[in-house]
Amino acid sequence: MNTIISTIARCVRQYKKESLLAPLFVTLEVILECAMPLAMADVIDKMTGNSLSEIIKLGIALVIMAMLSLFFGAMAGRFSATASTGLAKNIRQDLFFKIQDFAFTDIDKFSTSSLVTRLTTDVTNVQNAYQMIIRLAVRTPLMIIFSVIMSFSINPKMAMIFLIIIPLLMLILFGIIFTVMPIFKRIFKKYDAMNNSVQENISGIRVVKAFVRETHEQEKFTTASENVRADFTAAEKILAFNSPSMILFVYTSIMLISYFGATTIISSHSAELTTGELSSLITYGIQILMAIMMLSMVFVMTSMAVESSERIVEVLTHESSLKSPENGIKEVKDGSIVFDNVSFKYSKHSSKNALENINLDIKSGQTVGIIGGTGSSKSSLIQLISRLYDVTEGTLTVGGVDVKKYDLQSLRDNVAVVLQKNILFSGTIKENLRWGNKNATDEQIEHVCKLAQADEFVQQFPDKYDTYIEQGGTNVSGGQKQRLCIARALLKKPKVLILDDSTSAVDTKTDALIRKAFREEIPDTTKIIIAQRTSSISDADIILVMEDGHIVERGNHDELMALNGIYREIYDSQNKAKEED
Amino acid sequence: MKNGIKKGTFSRLIKYIFSHYKIQMIVVIAAIIINALASASATFFLQRLIDECVTPGLEQGLGAVWSKLLSILITMGTIYLLGIIASGTYTRIMATVTQGTLKHFRDDMFVKMQTLPIKYFDTHAHGDIMSTYTNDVDAIRQLIGQSMPLVIQSTISIVSIICMMMYFSFQLTLIVIVFSALMVTVARKFAGASAKYMTEQQKSLAKEEGFIEEMMEGQKVIKVFCHEEESKKAFVKLNDQLFHDGDTANRYGNMLMPILANIGNLMYVVISIVGAVMVFLGAKNFGLSGGGLVTAGIIVSFLDMARQFSQTISQTSMQVSMIAMGLAGASRVFGLIDEKSEADEGYVSLVNAERNEDGTLREVDRHTGLWAWKHPHSADNTVTYSELKGDIVMEHVDFGYNDKKLVLKDISLYAKPGQKIAFVGATGAGKTTITNLINRFYDIPDGKIRYDGINIGKIKKPELRRSLGIVLQDVNLFTGTVMDNIRYGKLNATDEECIAAAKLANADSFIRRLPDGYNTMLTGNGSSLSQGQRQLISIARAAVADPPVMILDEATSSIDTRTEALVQKGMDNLMKGRTVFVIAHRLSTVKNSDAIMVLDHGRIIERGTHDELIQQKGTYFQLYTGAFELE
Repeated sequence: MNTIISTIARCVRQYKKESLLAPLFVTLEVILECAMPLAMADVIDKMTGNSLSEIIKLGIALVIMAMLSLFFGAMAGRFSATASTGLAKNIRQDLFFKIQDFAFTDIDKFSTSSLVTRLTTDVTNVQNAYQMIIRLAVRTPLMIIFSVIMSFSINPKMAMIFLIIIPLLMLILFGIIFTVMPIFKRIFKKYDAMNNSVQENISGIRVVKAFVRETHEQEKFTTASENVRADFTAAEKILAFNSPSMILFVYTSIMLISYFGATTIISSHSAELTTGELSSLITYGIQILMAIMMLSMVFVMTSMAVESSERIVEVLTHESSLKSPENGIKEVKDGSIVFDNVSFKYSKHSSKNALENINLDIKSGQTVGIIGGTGSSKSSLIQLISRLYDVTEGTLTVGGVDVKKYDLQSLRDNVAVVLQKNILFSGTIKENLRWGNKNATDEQIEHVCKLAQADEFVQQFPDKYDTYIEQGGTNVSGGQKQRLCIARALLKKPKVLILDDSTSAVDTKTDALIRKAFREEIPDTTKIIIAQRTSSISDADIILVMEDGHIVERGNHDELMALNGIYREIYDSQNKAKEED
Repeated sequence: MKNGIKKGTFSRLIKYIFSHYKIQMIVVIAAIIINALASASATFFLQRLIDECVTPGLEQGLGAVWSKLLSILITMGTIYLLGIIASGTYTRIMATVTQGTLKHFRDDMFVKMQTLPIKYFDTHAHGDIMSTYTNDVDAIRQLIGQSMPLVIQSTISIVSIICMMMYFSFQLTLIVIVFSALMVTVARKFAGASAKYMTEQQKSLAKEEGFIEEMMEGQKVIKVFCHEEESKKAFVKLNDQLFHDGDTANRYGNMLMPILANIGNLMYVVISIVGAVMVFLGAKNFGLSGGGLVTAGIIVSFLDMARQFSQTISQTSMQVSMIAMGLAGASRVFGLIDEKSEADEGYVSLVNAERNEDGTLREVDRHTGLWAWKHPHSADNTVTYSELKGDIVMEHVDFGYNDKKLVLKDISLYAKPGQKIAFVGATGAGKTTITNLINRFYDIPDGKIRYDGINIGKIKKPELRRSLGIVLQDVNLFTGTVMDNIRYGKLNATDEECIAAAKLANADSFIRRLPDGYNTMLTGNGSSLSQGQRQLISIARAAVADPPVMILDEATSSIDTRTEALVQKGMDNLMKGRTVFVIAHRLSTVKNSDAIMVLDHGRIIERGTHDELIQQKGTYFQLYTGAFELE
């Protein structure tokens, strides 16, 4: 809990001033709000008197007080707005920056969707709670304290009534909250699950209709919604005690004050208490009870935000599992790669290695083809090279140096990976390509696009290289996207280029042209190509066949054909018909 | 329509609540009225207490007014008790009514949603539909559960306070009315400005959230390209804008309450000064209670009423935006409930059948592997059966998703029972559209598609779809175990049947390697599985349904070719003698089809077997030899 508060508090930074001014102005506002009923009581008492000027004097004082109170209130509102939105801004920025430093492992651990929730909903929750705290958490206790003091200054005996009633009401309100909060926490999970199933239903509506499962889905949903209804109703019924118990205490105090007040005034002949003071006492009483009600609300809001803060702090305090070494080597000598007895698993807890005892020696400039079934760990293998994940056992060297010794950015600039899950960002084609090299000239961009066989279709777009790519790259086809991603990687002029199934949507002819361009234009770059089609890798210097985290066959095309193993089988299945023609 | 609120939404909402909870609502309203009156009467008693007990008591002594004091307190206590009971009653009942109404809304929406045509889902962003279930329903909860009781109570309070004020003094009431007009004007001004900035804030929030989503989605690409610093820069820009807009919007929102409260305070001051002056001058007072001199008791209780009055008005004004949001939400919810369901005029149904000795069919209620179309004849109340063979004919079909563009032009095709028909063509050529017409996801004018000679418009939609097993391009798995997901194809399938289907789809071996095998929970559309594994499960799901006709739409696109060959063998065995439609990108997938249709821009440009098409040396040949691009 302490780390949560201190971590969040560290995000206040340049908004400390506002965060302090807001409660300060709230305090001033409260003081005035409490002083006013007292002055008003005075006015009432003066009415029976004979001097009008005093009343007018008091009236002017009251008007000034109201104006001041308005000013203070407005200022408090203003500063609390800046403080809370500022805090939210800083938290979001810290989160975003932190995530930029995350390694693949960390991203996998948190998952994309959960990171998005933390950056959006959770931050909003904390922002609202913070605003609430700096305004109300100061206001309500102050209100209670001032009102009690004022009541005591009017008549200590009468004020005792409040001292008895306050703890009682608090006990009841907080009792209700403590009963209900855990119930709400539990049912919010059910509520989320219900909404989740709606989401699934919407995106899977074609499946639902194709299998004629409408009735089944309706039954499933109505059961879920009935559960949510029953649970929420039960919880809200407990919460429904809040308002009547509040009224009970308000009325009880009014009754008690009226009774004792009336008898005191009469028996003391207005010496101990006056009519005006009686009215003020009632006002203070209602103010106190309202403040307690507010306090319980603040409490509910804050405890709801605690969970959000926990999730935020979890990210902020997470140490990136993969760090660039200090004074890491900046230069990658060449594109040679050596796997020495490398084993790898994604998480300490997984029982099985994703890669097992890999030994591999790739010379600079060689082309390596990798083929293998779904789940054979092809991608895991290549992701180790640019240190997207760290090896679990063994060593991996690039250019003769252990990858862990390189400056991370230098390593990744020299080992370009085109990931299987290709992503273009919203922006023009040019902007997307410049990810590879910020300072690339238009000529350089066109050149790499020619290599990746993308120039031709880009030239056909009306805006050519300035064509705007929609979010998720929805306005280019899969094959076009893949070629742009290859061009983007080429722009880095890497020493090692890795294509992870990056030409699957490109036709075989274009695929061949891309490889031809690689051979002729970047002969010194080591090329590693993962593919499903044997035609994509048949001309590679080394072909690796992977299965279940092992390299089961290795050699060139002819050697593997002669071996008569898996490669041959895949090759035959893809080429049988062709040979028959 | 104003602010997204459709006319008549309010009365419809009220009717909706009353239709489900009539008695409860009557009790609730009565209880709210009692509660409001009880709280309004508090001030009334204070005046009586002062004028009838305290003031005379000061002269005559406590003993003289003792019984009066007691009787006032007892009446007061009784009325308060009623108020407390009323408040307890209505808050509890409202919990039931609110949550119950929300459930009815959710169920109505969901039940309706299942009947909507696919077109609806094409034309409405899924995020927007989802938001109806979450944000809009939540806005309605606020409206029914909080705003409505509060507004009813406030209205009653305001009316009763005004009545009481007039009872005491017309002159002072006038002051209150002037001030409350001022409060309402200020509140409206502020609400308008605040709404404007709120919209700005929402806009930049949406922008920033869009950016966050895109960047989180592409986080791995960012790492690969060492693009962290650039994305930080872009983020800071958006984040600063959001801060600026949020700050302004919140300032306006935060200031309204203190401003209203202090206008209330000013009113209080003005009344007390005017009152004091009146007392001082011995001015005459006019009220419903009659004329007379202004007394201190009148002023004291009047001031109390004035404070209650201004508090009520500022509280209610805070509800205005809530009410608007709730009604806008209700408009959208009713909008979804009012959507037009998918039309279905079909009457032919699908039944399991057995062959009689004379070759005719009879209906049975168990799976026989033989299906029949059941035709009811309304003229003479008889039924006839015809065998489901899987003979599908399309004649000169034109179709477009909208009026602007035809996606399919003059498509004719004949699928004979037991044939495997393949569609090949670029993205957007219309391959998937053809299958969407066969299962009537989209309807075309009568008679152009016939299934075993029956116009598919005459077949009941559910029955038609039940006869077609479909594996869709985009895999959608549901939260549940792997077994549940496979069983989705046939709800009463045994575990053995599901496992057999998984084996057939070649999914069994990887499923067994999952942490809990077939009982492994899948969430988030099976996000823990690879794309290929998800496709295998969706094939198993279709296989367990064991349908007479199967449509495979890019069903094996993410599966490696070795596994695909095994899956295909299994499917070929299952579908022996039945009709299969295959859409594929990889030509190796379609090679052994009986007929291959090459589509281009909505037209069939070539058709024939693999060998015939290769001999034709046309587009298919070019595709096959890699001379042409399939995109």
